[in-house]
Amino acid sequence: MRKKQYRLERTHLNSLLKLLREEGYQTYGPVRGELAMEWAPLTDVGELPRGWTSAHGPAHYRLENRGGESLFGYRNGPESLKKFLHPPRARIMKAERNGGAFRILEDRPAAAKRAFLGVKPCDVAAVAALDRVLLNDRYSDDIYQANRAGLFLIAVHCTECAETCFCASSKAGPQAKTGFDIALHERLDGAMPEYFAECGTAAGAALLEKTGAPPAPPEWARELADACALAAGAQQRKVDFSSAAAVVERNYDSPRWDDIARRCMACGNCTQACPTCFCVNFEEHSSLDLQTAERHRVWDSCFTQNFTYIHGGSVRLSTKSRYRHWLGHKLARWQQQFGSPGCVGCGRCITWCPAGIDITAEFEWLKAGAPAAI
Amino acid sequence: MSFKHEKPRVAVFKFASCDGCQLSLLDAEDELLAVAGAVEIAYFPEASRRMQKGPYDIALVEGSITTPHDAELIHQVRRQSKTLITIGACATAGGIQALRNWRDVSEFVRVVYAKPDFISTLKMSTPVAEHVPVDLELRGCPIQKEHLIEVIAATLAGRRPNLPTYSVCLECKRRSNVCLMVAAGTPCLGPATQAGCGALCPSMGRGGYGCFGPMENANAPSLAERFYTLGATQPEVDRAFRSFNAWAWQFRKVSEEVHQQ
Repeated sequence: MRKKQYRLERTHLNSLLKLLREEGYQTYGPVRGELAMEWAPLTDVGELPRGWTSAHGPAHYRLENRGGESLFGYRNGPESLKKFLHPPRARIMKAERNGGAFRILEDRPAAAKRAFLGVKPCDVAAVAALDRVLLNDRYSDDIYQANRAGLFLIAVHCTECAETCFCASSKAGPQAKTGFDIALHERLDGAMPEYFAECGTAAGAALLEKTGAPPAPPEWARELADACALAAGAQQRKVDFSSAAAVVERNYDSPRWDDIARRCMACGNCTQACPTCFCVNFEEHSSLDLQTAERHRVWDSCFTQNFTYIHGGSVRLSTKSRYRHWLGHKLARWQQQFGSPGCVGCGRCITWCPAGIDITAEFEWLKAGAPAAI
Repeated sequence: MSFKHEKPRVAVFKFASCDGCQLSLLDAEDELLAVAGAVEIAYFPEASRRMQKGPYDIALVEGSITTPHDAELIHQVRRQSKTLITIGACATAGGIQALRNWRDVSEFVRVVYAKPDFISTLKMSTPVAEHVPVDLELRGCPIQKEHLIEVIAATLAGRRPNLPTYSVCLECKRRSNVCLMVAAGTPCLGPATQAGCGALCPSMGRGGYGCFGPMENANAPSLAERFYTLGATQPEVDRAFRSFNAWAWQFRKVSEEVHQQ
């Protein structure tokens, strides 16, 4: 079946937001914050960062206003959808003393229905990667499951990438192929932007139909593919994921890890900014009167010492061993575990590393045994 | 932990410090009654005139060791205390007064005091752990009152307290703070500093000051390198690392390298 394709204008985007709210969704979009793009509640496309983009490099991010009418010329800010689906902190249990025994109090907050407008293909792919880990693996995570069930994704294809992007390598982008309810391509050839819209799910199809938008010209699909191919070709960074397992394995004792460890601060920013890093720690809390106790789940990082703490101490004491573990898991072992890389190529770990360590450059170095060309 | 008495006996001792850390115990307004109900405050001169003799189950020690009298007294405190917990940057790292460690204190004494003969002081301001074994350190300038209450609650429950030893950055990211170093070029000690403050300064748009001292596996030289890349001068890098936790060895090493250059 050929998917129905529509030609949208700004007013149609507002209709989409309105229809979603009528269906009980909180609507979010990329909004310009003081220092970076962030996901914020959005009720009108007028709140989108029209004319704004950002410059990216290792340990470098700056908002930039280049003018123009583009609503989606923004590049990914520090945050993905991870914090909405897999919150940084969650209380997972509360117990109360009840005489000699105790009872568990049920107080799980209801999951929200959230719709996101303008999600980049890498972040759509990151949701799919989290699905494989937190939904479809042996055990499913009920907090994630509840948030995921209420998620509606309106993706926007990338026709220009940031300097730190390498989604063409991970095949997550620049064109979103799957995982969205609706995907948009912003066309800037006219005086005002127009949007080529495709549906990815029945819910997306129903919503697009309700906007009353006309069908898209048939050549727009081809033009989208061409624009994305151009963007992919312009990406300077790359990772050969098919060779990752072999590269990581044969470089276990590479001196390169020592070199990285001289720069790496083990601060964990890469793992927190990563849209697929899902590791958590559990904290027990008890009240001073010993009458109540709580268990909290908090984002963790494989760069902390506590992460590998077992009886007798931590397994990975050195920063070197932690970076080696992280790179190896992201690029190689995740593939063996979950069938796809744990990296979608969004480049956040490069941009938001305060030391400017570039995972693609390090991987290339390990692969070639010499510095990468870039 | 089992206690000889019904409630653990707590004592609070002060050495060279500003009192801010012990005040945070009194500042725990909402929890103060619960704390008073859960422990016996046996010795806390700042709060009560009723000062009981040891031994104590928990000693909270504030301040650094700066006089011969301090150096003697801390051993008495240790002998009387089952568990000794140091609180704050002074007690855990020597405090801001450890800046004297790079100078000639006798010269200060001559300049500042009309009768220097009355002043009996040590050349260095040193953390408590350099003098006696310490069971637990609570970092911060000042400490977080929540940490103190957490330690008491954990002690009563016989569990490990939740005290982070990782970077401030994790707290920033959990709060959705945008990284100031990356997005604004503002030097921040966060990537080398132990969490605990809840990323207070970065949440207010200021780079971190390192109040909680070096984190586990701190890589202060890499951070200093970054500061230079961002355009900081040598005196600026020096000042960044020489503050409340200047004498903590990871920060000390960096600032001493700056001075050698």
